Amino acid sequence: MSKYYLFQDTKKCIGCNTCTIQCKSNKNLPLGPKISQIIPVGPKMVGGLPRATYVFMPCFHCEDPWCVAACPTGAMQKRAKDGIVFVDHNLCVGCKACITACPWGAPQWNPETGKAVKCDYCKDRVDQGLKPACVTVCTTHCLQFGQEVDEIVNVRKRRHAEAVAALDSNAP
Amino acid sequence: MTQSIYSLCFMCSVRCPIRVEVKDGQVKWIEGNPHVAGMEGSLCPKGAAGISMQYDAQRVQSPMIRDGERGEGKWRKASWDEALDYVAEKLKTVIDTYGGHSVVLGERANLATHVSKTFLKAIESPNHFTHDALCKGSVNTACRSLFGYTDAQMGMDYKNARHVVLYGRNMFEAVSVKEVNSLMGALSKGAKLTYIDPRVTVTATKAHRYWMIRPGTDLALNYALMHVILDERLYDSAFVDRWVEGLADLQDFVRPYTPEWAEKETGVAADEIRDLARELSKVKPAVIFHYGYRGAHHAHEVYLRRSILILNSLMGSIETPGGLFFKKGPGAAGGKPARKLTEQELPKTDQPRFDKVGTKDFPLPDSAHGVAQMLAPAILNEDPYPVKALIINRLDPLKSIPDTNQMKEALNKLDLVVAVDVNYSDLAWYADVILPESTYLERTDCVQQANGLKPQMFLRRQAVGPRYDTREYSVIMRQLAERMGIEKYFPYTTMDELVDWQLEGTGFTLKDFEAKGFVAYGKSQIFWDRLEGLKLKTPSGKIEFRSSLLENAGYKSFPAYTPVPEDQKDVFRLVVGRVALHTHVSTQNVPYLNELFSENVLWINSAKAAALGIGTDDLVEVKSKAGSGVIKAYVTDMIHPEAVFMVHGFGHEAKLAARCYNKGVSDSVLQENITDRVGGSPALHDTFVTVKAA
Repeated sequence: MSKYYLFQDTKKCIGCNTCTIQCKSNKNLPLGPKISQIIPVGPKMVGGLPRATYVFMPCFHCEDPWCVAACPTGAMQKRAKDGIVFVDHNLCVGCKACITACPWGAPQWNPETGKAVKCDYCKDRVDQGLKPACVTVCTTHCLQFGQEVDEIVNVRKRRHAEAVAALDSNAP
Repeated sequence: MTQSIYSLCFMCSVRCPIRVEVKDGQVKWIEGNPHVAGMEGSLCPKGAAGISMQYDAQRVQSPMIRDGERGEGKWRKASWDEALDYVAEKLKTVIDTYGGHSVVLGERANLATHVSKTFLKAIESPNHFTHDALCKGSVNTACRSLFGYTDAQMGMDYKNARHVVLYGRNMFEAVSVKEVNSLMGALSKGAKLTYIDPRVTVTATKAHRYWMIRPGTDLALNYALMHVILDERLYDSAFVDRWVEGLADLQDFVRPYTPEWAEKETGVAADEIRDLARELSKVKPAVIFHYGYRGAHHAHEVYLRRSILILNSLMGSIETPGGLFFKKGPGAAGGKPARKLTEQELPKTDQPRFDKVGTKDFPLPDSAHGVAQMLAPAILNEDPYPVKALIINRLDPLKSIPDTNQMKEALNKLDLVVAVDVNYSDLAWYADVILPESTYLERTDCVQQANGLKPQMFLRRQAVGPRYDTREYSVIMRQLAERMGIEKYFPYTTMDELVDWQLEGTGFTLKDFEAKGFVAYGKSQIFWDRLEGLKLKTPSGKIEFRSSLLENAGYKSFPAYTPVPEDQKDVFRLVVGRVALHTHVSTQNVPYLNELFSENVLWINSAKAAALGIGTDDLVEVKSKAGSGVIKAYVTDMIHPEAVFMVHGFGHEAKLAARCYNKGVSDSVLQENITDRVGGSPALHDTFVTVKAA
């Protein structure tokens, strides 16, 4: 894995696709590729209430990325300093081996350049101390980006504690 | 060299504060203004698609003059001088023959509305209207009937609410960024959300309580809630005793409307209605019954909106954190508002408005906005007089006002139709002349007076020069005014000069907006003392459950409830709404938004669809008294059997908006032009349709 985490707080996600669009806009992508997409699942009735989940699908930046292994030209790479998996467009020949190899559909086809494109956590922004495009403009701030994965653990623990705490005067 | 400019978005009408990055004259990045609470970088999907809109070659690129028949799509490019001369000559002929009042100007209310209002006054026409009535005319009237303020002068403090009740107010798909984050913040702190809608929306999937109410019966539910609240004395008696006029009348009125009665009408169990009333009472006054941004559904709309506001009043949730509040202007913080051109001494006319608002026929709607859906009947019937010229800015009467066929017939009677727009709207397609407006990224706009708990001013600032041969609306109106000989009312030639003029006397200058994109009049929130200091503007100075506004105009404060028609196998109430990816009728052709949502479908309940032999993706014919269309079906359990639903804004007819041309069906083709004659809204949900396999 890369040394970063990209956490989606599904409780706050409203499936609005601001992330998807800002990502495309930032990378100036043509119609077609959606490299950080929201996939809605539901709604379904769960315990008498309608519930849906909006699953965020960027790239997992695998420890042992199949897309990198599949790439014949060395265009698909894992960045040594932080583990970000990215395509060097100068080396990509558009063979689509990475697209076939990835189990999650992370690398996608850019019909305008005839090359592969994928989520690189906006490494140019990250190198400037900024956050990825999707995280920066997320409507509800449900996307969080950072280096210390303990931050997610703390969010989860705090949320559980708040959910079970009996301090709410709404409680019977 | 990258420049950073603070501005205001305009992909919808909310005007979220944004920060824009420009490099080499190109917009490279847009994000929510990080200095504004509730924005902090956030955008909505429409806002994120701003660059996609900006560099789309399918928007209007130069002034166009019609060559063929109206709507035929034959155009010739024109210079600005030629197009403006053409419009001015036609307008002068119409005014000389029929009088200034034969000119009507309509627009989606915007920062330059004071400019277009001034133009009309200068030519002695009373006929400025906005889209507001289509959205919330009856909400406006309901607010005035109870508090003496319009809905625009009131707000809701979601952030501190303990329980929010939404009636089809689909906040998580309307995506007004600050509102979404305020509500989300309250939910994270343990607030409860009750959502009532015949259809499951994204908002429903986040709610603690969801009622799939029988469509059209929200008012019955509210009468039952009032019955319980009064019967069990669940209301805030200190507040109600001090401020409410007409409690005893309400008590008498709601006595027969028991939860058991409401259960039969609404399908919501009587016990659940009681539970909600009791639960809300425990956390009062930090309770919001949302009175609806969009509140144009039924012919009795004003009474539904009043019932919601009455529920808030009973809970004491007025002028309190976590409840409703009255917006404070600069005066409350010892400041002065920006000037408007309408403050000048302008000619007066004694002609009635085209929609007759303010006459005894139609006394109560707000004449500051008028009633848009009266446009076609007024033109067709020449009642109260002939209307001959129409100027439309950023509004699409063919797609936003019920009964497209009626509107087309009306447009054909006009001598002049002018569209000022960024896009090829259907109205632009039907116009004689299109005057292309610069986008929100290409123009500085008039000052936004943002009243609220903390009064502020915001500014939309030009980020890049116009990509095509386009101009700012305020400048277009000034240049038209020069040709009409009324330029003395427009003391500017550029936007910066107009903004300078507006800011005179406020103590602020253009430069003050550079640091953060806004200026604030004070630092702290202003609440009036809710026990003694409510400055209500009703004649009694109280919250008028029994309304002098209504009763003096000959209407009842508490008319008896009229039940909705019985369910039928193949007849459905047509319900319409929004998705996060589109704004009204204006974004369907934006490349990135169109890519993700390119066509609307018809939601229909699974059991009903099975009986009619309809499956998902089947083409079905939807037909009303007003029109018909063929659309794909979406079969689901997530909609009430008596309703069908479609997203508003599709079925475009302008061929140059090629991506969205002829995709899906327009709800306005199907909707009948029915009006709440008291409040002024169109009854957008009072059209019944049949559905069959196409």
